[in-house]
Amino acid sequence: MRPALDDVSVDIEKGEFVFLVGASGSGKSTFLRLVLREEKPTSGNVWVGGKDLTRLSSWKVPTLRRQIGCVFQDFRLLPNRTVAGNVAFALEVIGTAEKEIESIIPNVLELVGLEGKEDRYPNEISGGEQQRVAIARAFVNKPAVLIADEPTGNLDPETSIGIMKLLDRINKIGTTVVMATHDVAIVDQMRKRVIEIDGGKVVRDQSRGVYGMGAS
Amino acid sequence: MRFRYLLREVMTGLRRNITLTLAVMITVAVSLSLFGSSLLVRAQVQEMKDFWYDKVEVSIFLCGDISDSPTCAGGAISEEEKTQINADLEALKPLVETIYFETQTEALSRFKEQFKNSPLAETATIDQMPESFRVKLSDPTQYAVIAAAFAGRPGIEDVVDQRQALDRLFRALAGLQTLALVIAGVMLLVTALLISNTMRVAAFSRRRETSIMRLVGASNFSIQLPFIMEAAVAALFGTTFATGALVFGKIYLIDQNLATTFTFTTFIGWDAVISVIPWMLLAGLGLAVVAAGLTLQRYLKV
Ligand SMILES: Nc1ncnc2c1ncn2[C@@H]1O[C@H](COP(=O)(O)OP(=O)(O)OP(=O)(O)O)[C@@H](O)[C@H]1O
Ligand SMILES: [Mg+2]
Repeated sequence: MRPALDDVSVDIEKGEFVFLVGASGSGKSTFLRLVLREEKPTSGNVWVGGKDLTRLSSWKVPTLRRQIGCVFQDFRLLPNRTVAGNVAFALEVIGTAEKEIESIIPNVLELVGLEGKEDRYPNEISGGEQQRVAIARAFVNKPAVLIADEPTGNLDPETSIGIMKLLDRINKIGTTVVMATHDVAIVDQMRKRVIEIDGGKVVRDQSRGVYGMGAS
Repeated sequence: MRFRYLLREVMTGLRRNITLTLAVMITVAVSLSLFGSSLLVRAQVQEMKDFWYDKVEVSIFLCGDISDSPTCAGGAISEEEKTQINADLEALKPLVETIYFETQTEALSRFKEQFKNSPLAETATIDQMPESFRVKLSDPTQYAVIAAAFAGRPGIEDVVDQRQALDRLFRALAGLQTLALVIAGVMLLVTALLISNTMRVAAFSRRRETSIMRLVGASNFSIQLPFIMEAAVAALFGTTFATGALVFGKIYLIDQNLATTFTFTTFIGWDAVISVIPWMLLAGLGLAVVAAGLTLQRYLKV
């Protein structure tokens, strides 16, 4: 059986914005799971923020994940919590004081463009808005790295552009963003670094790249 | 903040799994009631030992006119034989502490006192009552010495060690205690399995929350804590019921029933009940926390 990722060597600098592209099953999600330490490589090393994740003891994994925000295609919000509650959740579980949470939440919601919606429940807002909540939750800890696995996969092109603008803004604040996507238009429009994976191998690594070689 | 968050999680969890929570409470209550009762039976046996071992005597029953044991073939015991027995007992000092001769009159009044609520007391006559030596030993376990010296001797109908009769009672009570302990053990095992299963269901029904908690970097401990607290709270309720059952038993069974009927012995006091409660708490909470923790290790991995 071929490995999900094979002989991959990639350097991503602090503050970069990187697209991971490639066909379904090429290994993009696996790449991101390695960065989150949801998966361990059978050989080789994964360095994140100066730490070798292959040698990180499992009780330190939560500390790692507090420095990495993540966003997924399916939003992963808690249906029984409001917008503000979902964002606060990320702070509650790491033991942030209530006063502090109350002061942070409005700022983050404003950043992602959800002011006035803090008391809505996930089923009362659109998909694009739900993804903004997820981004707010991922960003509320001010992580060094933000990982996004097809964040626009469930959204229409216009909403997707809104989400990309938001991610771009978060990147400009200083957060490294690594995003797996199939969205040709977005990749071609943003002109960021593009890493293409095919069958578990990196076949292209291009700064200010486009989705496919023949796509534009 | 932390505390309110935890409280909310625990309460939602308990409500969401209400049937399993109730089942856990009930099994904890039943198993700990048994566990506590068995500890109380042990305390009661100790209480009775302390009370009775001080008072037990060896009785040497003498042949009377109506005795039919083979050693009484020569009819009622003579005065010389009685004097001889008394002298032999005196010779056994210091093992023999005190010697008391009980006459037929005394035996009859004692009999009437013992059976005062029974028709037997009316029909008993003085010539049915045996004379006896009541011997108190400095070391009550040395009964065999007396038995060897007096049992089977002509003129002596029987040598009876009250302690042996008591020991049979104590052994029966100890057996009862062991039985209760075994059943409690089995019930506690059932409780552990039930708690483990409850945690599995709880972990499954909240996998969305827990997966999100993991993503945002919650520690294993803080992910597991609400679940463990949930098991502990259910166990605490169960333990409270079990404690209530023991208090109820102490008031209604012991104080109002046994103690008023069986006035010849003492019964355990509140100190015994109170000293059992910490053990029940320890068993209940310990079991819940350990069973929950071990299960969650498997179902809530990073
Ligand atoms: N847990 C797993 N165990 C074994 N194989 C897996 C596992 N997860 C993924 N794979 C395999 O690894 C390969 C890469 O999967 P991955 O999810 O990384 O692809 P992807 O590029 O994210 O695809 P998509 O664009 O459809 O999301 C696939 O062949 C997949 O079948
Ligand atoms: Mg994928």
